[in-house]
Amino acid sequence: MREVTMKVRTTLPSATELTKLEKKSLVSYIYVGPPQKQYIKMFGTEPRIQLNDVFAKVSDIPDFILAERAARDEAEIPYMITSLKVDEYTKMQIVGEIKLELRKAAALRINYSSRMPIAKN
Amino acid sequence: MRKTPEIPSASMADIAFMLLIFFLVATTMDVDSGLERVLPQMPPEVQEDTPPIKERNVFSVLLDQYDRLMVEGEIMRVEDLRDKTKEFMTNPRSLETLPETKMTEIPLIGNVEVTRGIISLRNDHGTQYGMYIAVQNELVAAINELRNDLSTQKFGKNYANCSSEQQEAIRAAIPSRISEAEPKTVGGKK
Repeated sequence: MREVTMKVRTTLPSATELTKLEKKSLVSYIYVGPPQKQYIKMFGTEPRIQLNDVFAKVSDIPDFILAERAARDEAEIPYMITSLKVDEYTKMQIVGEIKLELRKAAALRINYSSRMPIAKN
Repeated sequence: MRKTPEIPSASMADIAFMLLIFFLVATTMDVDSGLERVLPQMPPEVQEDTPPIKERNVFSVLLDQYDRLMVEGEIMRVEDLRDKTKEFMTNPRSLETLPETKMTEIPLIGNVEVTRGIISLRNDHGTQYGMYIAVQNELVAAINELRNDLSTQKFGKNYANCSSEQQEAIRAAIPSRISEAEPKTVGGKK
């Protein structure tokens, strides 16, 4: 069940060493990928960040984290986790900038969202 | 008095069933999973001098903007990275070029050689995220395999099935030290 409308396309990379996100209520999502078709005219084809329902800039991330924290119990804050849903063809530059912002905001627990590879024989 | 016409109720079960099927199909239940990592804290303003790390204790993994992988100065395929990492983290033949180990006593396990190796991962601004995840995955997989081997040997079960004290002991014996250096741009945009 999705809470947000996807405005960017994210084809997740595949990985085998996955950890499940246990408590959904403690997870904040950051989406990165090229904009969906209907937004290409306005936002181009380069990967963009989506926070909640809107396109965002890297500089919006600290505010986003603060808002996410404010929405939760104080006792739960250390257990909060940020899930990065990033398209696999994104360049690392934007990911690196996001990681730096997260570090500055002291949101250190992250999860690089990935999917199980399709079994190959 | 006029009799009110009744709505036929025979098909109600079918309608309810169809609605149920429709919502079952229309609902996406995505299980969220991924590689979990903890970012390092921002360094304090005034940097203390950290003791230098010996060259042999560092496992350098580089990714350039064309998604090529260089490990310890050699071009390598992602498929070979896992075994190379395991060799580095265990140093089975006590080679001079691989990291030092230190005999440490760990509760529940006893005396084990604990490596001092550090994996240093550096990517380029132009590296593709998919490649970066593939490399991270191999590094985590190598460490997970080593932990599984040790827990099977010591406790006779997988690391995931061990109690939290046992897991802690295993983690102390096989530390996961993956450090990420600041990425740099090599040559031009993108």
